[in-house]
Amino acid sequence: MRPKLELLDRALIERILGEAFQLIEDPGVRVAPYVFDLLQSAGVTIENGIAHIPEPLARSLLDLAPRGFCLYDRRGAPAVRYAGDDVHFDPGSSCLNILDAETQQARPAVSADLVRMVQVTEMLPQFAAQSTAMVCSDVPQEIGDWYRLLLVLWYSEKPVITGAFSADSLHTLLELLTIESGGRDALRRQPRAVFDVCPSPPLNWSEFASHNLVDLARAGVPAEIVSMPLAGATAPVTLAGSITQHAAECISGIVIHQLAGPGAPIVWGGAPAIFDMRSGKTPMGAIETAMLDIGCAEVGKHLGLPTHSYLVAGDGKQIDAQVGQESGISAVLGALAGINMISGAGMLDFLACHSIEKLIIDAEAIASAQRMVEGIEPQTQSLAVAMFAQTGLRGDFLKLKETRALFRKEQHFPSHVVDRGQSNACPGILERARQRVSELLSGYDRNPMPSEQEQEISAFAERESKKSGLEGSPGIFHSEYAREPGLI
Amino acid sequence: MSADLLLAMRQSIIDGAPDMATALAQQAIVDGIAPLEAINHGYVLGMHDVGEQFAHGRMFLPDMMASAEAMRAGMAVLDPELKRCGEVRPMAGTVVLGTTKGDIHEIGKTLVGTMLTAHGFCVHDLGVDISSEKFVDKARELNADIIGVSALLTTTMRNQKGVVETLEKSGLRSQVKVIVGGAPVTRRWADEIGADGYAKDAMSAVELARALMEQKIQGRAVEPA
Repeated sequence: MRPKLELLDRALIERILGEAFQLIEDPGVRVAPYVFDLLQSAGVTIENGIAHIPEPLARSLLDLAPRGFCLYDRRGAPAVRYAGDDVHFDPGSSCLNILDAETQQARPAVSADLVRMVQVTEMLPQFAAQSTAMVCSDVPQEIGDWYRLLLVLWYSEKPVITGAFSADSLHTLLELLTIESGGRDALRRQPRAVFDVCPSPPLNWSEFASHNLVDLARAGVPAEIVSMPLAGATAPVTLAGSITQHAAECISGIVIHQLAGPGAPIVWGGAPAIFDMRSGKTPMGAIETAMLDIGCAEVGKHLGLPTHSYLVAGDGKQIDAQVGQESGISAVLGALAGINMISGAGMLDFLACHSIEKLIIDAEAIASAQRMVEGIEPQTQSLAVAMFAQTGLRGDFLKLKETRALFRKEQHFPSHVVDRGQSNACPGILERARQRVSELLSGYDRNPMPSEQEQEISAFAERESKKSGLEGSPGIFHSEYAREPGLI
Repeated sequence: MSADLLLAMRQSIIDGAPDMATALAQQAIVDGIAPLEAINHGYVLGMHDVGEQFAHGRMFLPDMMASAEAMRAGMAVLDPELKRCGEVRPMAGTVVLGTTKGDIHEIGKTLVGTMLTAHGFCVHDLGVDISSEKFVDKARELNADIIGVSALLTTTMRNQKGVVETLEKSGLRSQVKVIVGGAPVTRRWADEIGADGYAKDAMSAVELARALMEQKIQGRAVEPA
């Protein structure tokens, strides 16, 4: 039996959905002029920029949204299945700062940090996908979003969770993915990336977000709605009320998306949080935040849609017991809830800072969570009697062939980041994490793309950089990123 | 009798009771209590109590919002009376506040505005998605002491720099302090863009604004909160 965590009963889910459908009709949802015609042609009334979406229309469009889809790796193999209770993890996204490996002080992230994180993530099986994890402060803002995606595609073969900084730049990112996939049809058939699209709470699809929803649907590239109600601030203070708002934001987003591209893949995702009434912060490590995430995903699962959430993040500023327990607890809870993609690993300080060492430690918590969802299986015909028949009361189970045959299946073996009494273990987890980063980076070996494709990507980078008024593209093979010579 | 009324006014702020604050302000006028006395010995003391209880974790942001609302209600009655008497309530400073261009998040900025108002600042809240020019124009119009620029997104925090630059171009930089805040904003960022201070939350914003006003008055260096 696979263990499963549920926080909402069926009756409450129905009430949540009932009120969510009510909300999208009255008071309605603020939408951008870009989608006025699209919505009006489907019978939606728009008054003063507010769309009043009738429930029957919303229900029919929810039915059109696919119940699942896959993201593919660079080789074209399905690597992430957004469906059912499949659970995957990826590092948190779009962070401005990184905890410096040496000083453990936050500083602005640079491209080399992103590349190191991508390489470490590539080496960790706990992460099924990469993310465009950081905003690189050492490249001009104008090229920031496509450049970070380019670095991820260059140094990784895994699928990518990404997003655009603006309506215009989405097309540049799609062009890059098209080159990488070998054409628009190939990208549509075997998407390598999913794009986060965020409504602004409460119930507002901005110009930028509306553009992204429509343009992704038309391109057939998966979109991931990341609705972020803040309970008590930009959403009702009750967890159930915030989950209802989240549902209304997701449903209205799906309406826009499915009208633009019926059947295009879309994810019921989010990064909800409580609003701390003492500090005004949004604690990602709070248990109520995890409860919100799980509750929101549960509503999406009830509708049969692919799901996403933001967990495995801590709020402390340093790698310490607080951050560890916050991240570990939510990793386990998210996995037990069967959320398809769980973003957030590596992040701390209310999502303001990333850390490669924390990512390493989180990977251990994720591995434990992954073991947990495998559950307890009988494994043998006789559970214990047959083994006792061999050993009697001597208790020397270590000698049994069943022990040797099954211990690897029954027990997860963490890396040396987790202190299990190894004789040569460093005393602190931070030092052990640093060692592990170092090991993984020295074991990383970039698998190049076909040379024609690499040239095409390099030409793309050069072209786009010049469009932004730069003399040329920042390096892809920077000497400090990897043991490779400069290309550009 | 006047002492009881002032105590009740103070309590109406602590209770976050705008209707009560309004009624008591009207009563003060009827009783002939000077509006400045009612403000300073009634409502302001209530706000001080609230600030202190908030700092000690005994009151929370919703309590603070309700208290600020009660303060506004009381002031709405007493302000016209002040004007009629030809009196001016001394303000801690004038602040122009808003969320930067391209950003529509307002909760943090609104909290800062509430706290600054509660602590005696005259706050002009421009709202969200505000261009650098609007910040500067309003600061010029009001002869403001401080511009506060909020940003919640990594993509829009860069526009905070534009406010500093526009202020410099306008020739007002030496007269107007710029403070920045928002989830992705750090002190380092504030230093990098040449802002005068960074506040991590609404209470720190009050401390920072007070320190900057002191600096402005006394012309001495200040360590940002």
